[in-house]
Amino acid sequence: MPVVVGVSVVVFSIVHLLPGDPVLAILSGANATPEQERELRAQLRLEDPLALQYARFIARAVVGDFGRSIFTRRPVSEEIAEQLPSTLELAATAIGIAVVVGLTLGLLAAVWHNTWIDRAAMLVALGGVSMPSFWLGLLLIFVFSLQLGWLPATGQGGVGRLLLPAATIGLNYSAVIARLVRSSLLEVLGNGYISTARAKGLSEWGVTLKHALGNALIPVTTIIGVQLGNLLAGTIIVETVFSRRGMGRLAVTAVLDKDYPLIQGVVLVSALGYVLTNLLVDLSYAALDPRIRHREAVKA
Amino acid sequence: MRLRVLRRRKSALVGVLILAAVALAALFAPALAPYDPIKVRPAEALSPPSLTHPFGTDQYGRDILSRAMTGARLSLLTGLGAVAVALTAGVVVGLACGVIGGWTDLLVMRAVDIMMAFPGILMALVVVAVLGQGTINVMLAVGVSLIPTFVRLVRGDVLSVRENAYVEAARALGCWPARVALRHVLPNVVAPIIVISTVAIAWSIILGASLSFLGLGPRPPIPEWGIDLSTGRNYLLRAWWISSVPGFCIMLTVVAVNLVGDALRDELDPRLRSLANL
Repeated sequence: MPVVVGVSVVVFSIVHLLPGDPVLAILSGANATPEQERELRAQLRLEDPLALQYARFIARAVVGDFGRSIFTRRPVSEEIAEQLPSTLELAATAIGIAVVVGLTLGLLAAVWHNTWIDRAAMLVALGGVSMPSFWLGLLLIFVFSLQLGWLPATGQGGVGRLLLPAATIGLNYSAVIARLVRSSLLEVLGNGYISTARAKGLSEWGVTLKHALGNALIPVTTIIGVQLGNLLAGTIIVETVFSRRGMGRLAVTAVLDKDYPLIQGVVLVSALGYVLTNLLVDLSYAALDPRIRHREAVKA
Repeated sequence: MRLRVLRRRKSALVGVLILAAVALAALFAPALAPYDPIKVRPAEALSPPSLTHPFGTDQYGRDILSRAMTGARLSLLTGLGAVAVALTAGVVVGLACGVIGGWTDLLVMRAVDIMMAFPGILMALVVVAVLGQGTINVMLAVGVSLIPTFVRLVRGDVLSVRENAYVEAARALGCWPARVALRHVLPNVVAPIIVISTVAIAWSIILGASLSFLGLGPRPPIPEWGIDLSTGRNYLLRAWWISSVPGFCIMLTVVAVNLVGDALRDELDPRLRSLANL
């Protein structure tokens, strides 16, 4: 909760940190009319004490009113509501791809530790971590759209148009997940209960999947949670590469146009979304880790 | 000790060699580059890689090799500059928090939590939105977005080092807090700081190039990897080399930094494994 308040203070101050007269700075991007300037001055009421201005900002933000975009003159909330579904769809597909590919690579590398499979998987992961998403996206477009003609390169709608951008983000994050699954699994596999399972005569895959994977996934969940924010960041770039609509694209155009009400709205909504997902990740530990679950139960 | 590590870890050696090559190319770009990276030669536009232009030319006939070499300067500068910003702020604030503790610590850590609520690139976008576009601002923006990570790491380590008997002894002898912090605590938290700095350089190079790619960094015709990659976007079919060369350069540099970083981490501080996922 304190974080949410802090985030709102930061977003509120964006306008006040601008050099010079905020109203002129805000309108500097557009060819604003004097009427527009008057309207904005009336709306911001900059002569009031900062605390009062902040209170007004919050009162309006709580009901989803961030003012109007300087450029399109449409309510910021409307712009965001229009773009949000596209980004959520992209992010969800990307997480799916990241988890499936990352788990597979990590599992392969851990089970065949110190073989060529391990080294190959980690080489792929190193490439994935080091590959800027805009470069990966262009490569995917080049191969799958321009050369093979399998999938459309840009635009909106349908699974076909979702697949390439989602894969771009997903492959980047699968690399992080793969490295972590591997190291976490290797650590868990050194435990006593794993030797017991092996001694029972379970196959290596049986041991890994039945006994080790569950415990190895706990740190992996943390990282997936932390990475969700970066996933959102990934959409900013990927949406531009693939000319998709979405929050990321909206954020970039807002910054390029110096459309401050829009920037405030997009940043606030994104940061809140990030805080919320991290909360969900925290809650999911309890589901995954019986130690936390029981500790909570004892407390309650 | 460094040299022994390099002989043992071939991958780190590869990383160091690549980085040395990139740094040399960047440093001596004006002398080494075969052509003026900005000069337009319409007659040679979009020529494929050949002996005269090893990596081809772009839509204005500018030599890609020369642009890539000159572009390395800005990318390395952004990477190092951003980390310098984050490192300075992180060490000063983290050290102060860890040593002073109390209310200062509490307040600063709340502020760090708030900064953490903005995913890296979003934070950088906010900073660019306030400061305006341009090379220096991108560097600052990337640096600011890294500050919370550095502060957290330094403070956490300072807190554990502070409990050692020799720190208590220094305090009992009547050392000033600043002297305790600088002479007795700081030298013992240097290893993790070095490790995280390398990871952060890799991340800064990518983030800096991303911002340029989005059009928020230096403006064309300045040669920069992110910009060049973006201009080549419309010529993927006719001239794949325009985007591929800078893209490959970014990847190669970042892989090299990561290889060196991995080796440093294993040598200096194996505890930091999880930080590789910054």
